[in-house]
Amino acid sequence: MIVRGNESVLVMGITGKQGTFWAEKMRGYGTRIIGGTNPKRAGEKHLDLPVWASARDAAKETQVDCAVMFIPPFGVKAAALDAIEAGIRKIVCLTEHVPVHDTMYFLAAARERGAQVIGPNTAGLVTTGESFVGFMPAFNERVFKPGEVGVISRSGSLGTLLCLNLVQAGLGISSFVGIGGDPIIGTTTRDALECLDRDPHTKAIALVGEIGGAMEEQAAEYARTMSKPVAAFIAGAASPPGKKMGHAGAIVMGNRGSYAAKKAALEAAGVIVCATPNGVPEALKARLAPA
Amino acid sequence: MNFEEHAAKPLLRAVGIATPKGALATTPDEAERIASEIGPCVVKAQVPTGKRGKAGGIKLAATPAEARAHAERILGMTIGEHRVERLLIEEQVPIAKEMYAAVLNDPDSKGPLLLFSAEGGMDIEEIAERHPKALVRFSIDIRKGLDRDAFAAALPSELPVDRAAILDALSKLYSAYAANDAELMEINPLVVTRDGRIIALDCKFVMDDSAIPRHEELAKSGTPDKLTELEARAKALGLKFIELDGDVGVLANGAGLTMTSMDAVRHYGGQPANFLEIGGESYTKAKPALELVLANPRVKALLVNFCGAFARTDVMAEGVVTAWQQLKPDIPIIFTIHGTGEDEAIAMVKERLGIEPYDLMDDAVRAAVAAARGAAQ
Repeated sequence: MIVRGNESVLVMGITGKQGTFWAEKMRGYGTRIIGGTNPKRAGEKHLDLPVWASARDAAKETQVDCAVMFIPPFGVKAAALDAIEAGIRKIVCLTEHVPVHDTMYFLAAARERGAQVIGPNTAGLVTTGESFVGFMPAFNERVFKPGEVGVISRSGSLGTLLCLNLVQAGLGISSFVGIGGDPIIGTTTRDALECLDRDPHTKAIALVGEIGGAMEEQAAEYARTMSKPVAAFIAGAASPPGKKMGHAGAIVMGNRGSYAAKKAALEAAGVIVCATPNGVPEALKARLAPA
Repeated sequence: MNFEEHAAKPLLRAVGIATPKGALATTPDEAERIASEIGPCVVKAQVPTGKRGKAGGIKLAATPAEARAHAERILGMTIGEHRVERLLIEEQVPIAKEMYAAVLNDPDSKGPLLLFSAEGGMDIEEIAERHPKALVRFSIDIRKGLDRDAFAAALPSELPVDRAAILDALSKLYSAYAANDAELMEINPLVVTRDGRIIALDCKFVMDDSAIPRHEELAKSGTPDKLTELEARAKALGLKFIELDGDVGVLANGAGLTMTSMDAVRHYGGQPANFLEIGGESYTKAKPALELVLANPRVKALLVNFCGAFARTDVMAEGVVTAWQQLKPDIPIIFTIHGTGEDEAIAMVKERLGIEPYDLMDDAVRAAVAAARGAAQ
């Protein structure tokens, strides 16, 4: 789930307002945008790029490594299934408010075909100085400076703040992995942590979590095995707990999900948990300093 | 969106799961009349929360007069935070055995999860913890639906009723879950009657809010969130706003950043007055958002924390600055602005309000907390 500069990217929904705006931003940054989709405008050019009716049509003509979707919520399932059928291995779903049954459907299809879905409801991926897909301010040098910290975040705005804090503290960012804020997503905190742990350009990891769900607890299980330093900020310590999901919710969640549970699990795994995002760069600097 | 029992049960009946005969009452008179039609009955408070029985909101009545007396006591009662305004009056069912069944969206398996226990009732969570084997957890591929053979193999060998009948009820429960974009469809208890029928005595249904647009008719029978007047105004504007008790107003973009701003306010010794997020597509609504925050008289200082990714901080700042100049509130406003459009946004705040935004969020939060404290003294 790290995006590389040599990967070709198809922008699904490229002709819309957001698709157009961000396709230009991505291309300007160096992302290899090869074209886009819009079933009604197949065969035309947009931003001087080819427009196909579908991802399958695009894949017949050219190699597509990654698809990024600027698609409204109720169109996401069909678009994702199109990308999966086209054999695209990396699918970034930015859309918020995708019905969860739709998400579960295309995630099951993706799993079967070996495609990695990032999101839904993610701000995207950035590899500093190389490529970005989604709508992160990768081009803003106060937020993204090349360096060796990998950042994982469920939230785009909070992830942006954390990157900025890292840069302000004199650190830089290797890759940003926005995993998305929905309850069910294709790439979990743990998946992203494993990936950045294997990434040779990443020497330390900043993890931004949120209360609810069990992804931080699951990531903690993996963090135990890591030698790279990890510092985390978990948003929501001052927020009221989310809605209850009957007995079933209690049975499935057990005692996971709260701020206290996440903090305890991460700390037990050797992760430094900071009270505000600003604590994260300091914590990592101390661990990155040459001995 | 939550659905009360009386609004959830029709979804079970629609797929062929039996529920007790009954009707809704909003007055003791109605309760008495319904009871006289159906005989010995149960009077059940309709509130979107659990533990109704333990709170005294569910009572058996042998006669219409008794049903009336219970209705008089239960109507107007508060359970959880909910005032009881409706009762479901249902026939009594001769229970031989209470079971438990539910289907929910499971983040761990990223698909539907069916839960079933031949032991059910109020203590199901305890049962699940003490006898994990008594609870069957069965993951379903949503593309294929419930695989009855595989599920049959996962069921315990001893069952209180005919195996095929249970399989049938659970596969219908799954259909109800799938047809209605449920986050949760739960029957507790699912009972076996003394004459061997399977009946759903209760039902809890939570619909995925993102799917509401494709269930508009059904959503009308759901229970709207309990909102304050300001929260309702915010909702009408498409803004996510929660009123809290503190005095530091918070205006931020994105749920994560808004939560973080609140956390930081509390971390530095203050109390947030609200949660107000103007992220996603609503980032152009800074002006009405600001009006909402300021409509709360407890707000003594306002923290504006923008971090633009998708949302442009210059667009958001433009809204806030313009509204601030129009409304001329008599409280301090503290800014911290980063990300997409920050140069324009910061210049605008400096030029039009004469205020220097803080570079570090933590410094801005400290200043906002101090300003609110100063104003309170």
